[in-house]
Amino acid sequence: MAIDEYQGKSLSWAVADGIVELALDHPRANEIGLTMLEDLERFAAALPDLESQASALIVYSKQKAGFSAGADLVQLYTFVQQTDATSAVKKVREFLERIHAVLNRIDMSSLTTIGAVHGVCFGGGFELALTCDLIVADKMARFCFPELRLGLIPGFGGIPRLKRDVSNGVVRDLLLTGRSINATKALDIGLASQLAAEGEALHVARATAAQVTKFDRGASAAAKQFIKPLPAEELRREIDIFCRLFPQPAVIQGLHKFVEEKSPYPYLP
Amino acid sequence: MKNLEQTTDEILTLAATHFKVPRATLQASDDFFKKLGIDSLQALELLTRIENHFGVELPDYEVAGVSDFRTLATRIQARL
Repeated sequence: MAIDEYQGKSLSWAVADGIVELALDHPRANEIGLTMLEDLERFAAALPDLESQASALIVYSKQKAGFSAGADLVQLYTFVQQTDATSAVKKVREFLERIHAVLNRIDMSSLTTIGAVHGVCFGGGFELALTCDLIVADKMARFCFPELRLGLIPGFGGIPRLKRDVSNGVVRDLLLTGRSINATKALDIGLASQLAAEGEALHVARATAAQVTKFDRGASAAAKQFIKPLPAEELRREIDIFCRLFPQPAVIQGLHKFVEEKSPYPYLP
Repeated sequence: MKNLEQTTDEILTLAATHFKVPRATLQASDDFFKKLGIDSLQALELLTRIENHFGVELPDYEVAGVSDFRTLATRIQARL
């Protein structure tokens, strides 16, 4: 069944002129919980059909706050409070395996993929952006792996993917300090391929996608497959490490602090 | 090189412009969370504006616990 247009609860997509546009649209900041996961799974299921009629994919956000603030920590905290520790780890692993399946599928798509990033691109949101071949960063974009603040590591494939794109020193900096970096820094380190003026990332991504559609799809797909291996073994190990850390007290303390303390600055370190 | 007073003044102007409040209503000693009614996502927007304006990088852990404009300015000044 051809699905070249879809409106879900947290995202939508449409195809036109050989370009698929996937728009994330879940208030306030495209937090990735079960709703977003289910919609992304629908998107992954539609990809074979979309790949037969397009050359490029743009992933962007319609939410003002940014591309995505990452995992839905409120949902995760609620779940942890209501579930015994053993069942919680089992369910978390299941979630991770589902999100990895989706992100791996996007990562390996034959389409040339472009993340048009504005605002916050944190945690799982950053991991979604890292599945893209190219990142266009709005000058107000910020990138961050804050997971250590919760006693965790990135669990959606972020470390193996970031290692693929930038130096190990940069990965260590972002991972071990949990600090966010701006778009200019992202360009300097090769994380972003282009900067866009404020509000113009989608416009720049569309121009880039239009360029991509000029090329033979088979040749582009072959080039991408050659240059962009999937770090499958490391992705599996990342899930194992995450699940080993998850039952530790630091995690529930970190989630509690984020959700319950009503601090004005939960997104600051 | 700018002095701290100039840096503080520019930060106040950036904040006023970004959050669309009259510049005259902001003072260096103001708690920007309370005065501007912002949360941490919006504070990060201000940090980005400041970094872009001054051409510096200010790790956000240096801003954690900072809530007034003058202290924020001293953090920036240390990077100029």
